[in-house]
Amino acid sequence: MNSSGDSCSSLMEVAFDHHHHHGHDDRELHVLAVDDNLIDRKLVERLLKISSCKVTTAENALRALEYLGLGDQNQHIDALTNNDLKVNLIITDYCMPGMTGFELLKKVKQESSNLKEVPVVIMSSENIPTRINKCLASGAQMFMQKPLKLSDVEKLKCHLMNCRI
Amino acid sequence: MDLVQMQKSLQDYTKSLFLEGILDSQFLQLQQLQDESNPDFVSQVVTLFFQDSDRILNDLSLSLGQQVVDFKKVDPHVHQLKGSSSSIGAQRVKNACVVFRNFCEQQNVEACHRCLQQVKQEYYLVKNRLETLFKLEQQIVASGGMIPAVELGF
Repeated sequence: MNSSGDSCSSLMEVAFDHHHHHGHDDRELHVLAVDDNLIDRKLVERLLKISSCKVTTAENALRALEYLGLGDQNQHIDALTNNDLKVNLIITDYCMPGMTGFELLKKVKQESSNLKEVPVVIMSSENIPTRINKCLASGAQMFMQKPLKLSDVEKLKCHLMNCRI
Repeated sequence: MDLVQMQKSLQDYTKSLFLEGILDSQFLQLQQLQDESNPDFVSQVVTLFFQDSDRILNDLSLSLGQQVVDFKKVDPHVHQLKGSSSSIGAQRVKNACVVFRNFCEQQNVEACHRCLQQVKQEYYLVKNRLETLFKLEQQIVASGGMIPAVELGF
């Protein structure tokens, strides 16, 4: 299970180290948000931006994989040798046509490059315990119930940045 | 009508939408995402919702109108509409979609036709009410006023 605080802070250290080398604000998260629903994409993008995150959106899992450098064989080789992590977090809808968010999660976690360290959060409008457990068991950082609220994103950021209140 | 009266009208009108269950707290979430840097966020998202929903309802009418209804086509559309209506706080549309999906699962064509009518009814209702809301807001802004903050917890 990936939900303990300890594994969380070490994950973020890996992600932030790369950003620090490139002179980025190491407190700014770059999030890849994946959702086939246009309204939900707009909402999650705004929620993340208002929470000081940089956001890239993708309308399906394939586009997300392309962005991450896993789109085709040549790009895949680049992803393996390149230490730069483009994003600090992937947040994806579960139910998408074609490749589901669950399949996307598995693809990321099966990576041999350090892309597998990127936390993946699954969102869903349906609260199905077996679905939630399946995602967590496959390495999802968190499961979030839609529709997303500001407090959800705040909780998420806190969880990822290992806030101590 | 003076500015204060317009602002009061807007507040009363907004409250009535919540009391009638046409909107739920998710709409308040949308309003919280609007600020000086994004002053039109709510109307932008709602406009997207209208465009998307018009298209979906059209597709649903076509799909349900076929001689042999392909529920593999119908269900994803209802799922999408359920999702987007939920995301903007259009509670009655969302609830109508939940009922619709149950009948899709049962492959009950008759009931699905009724559901589609119900969804359309709720959708046109919320569309009408939100368009009125936005008009009231525009009138206030045009008169040099500010949109009163929505009171949470009433």
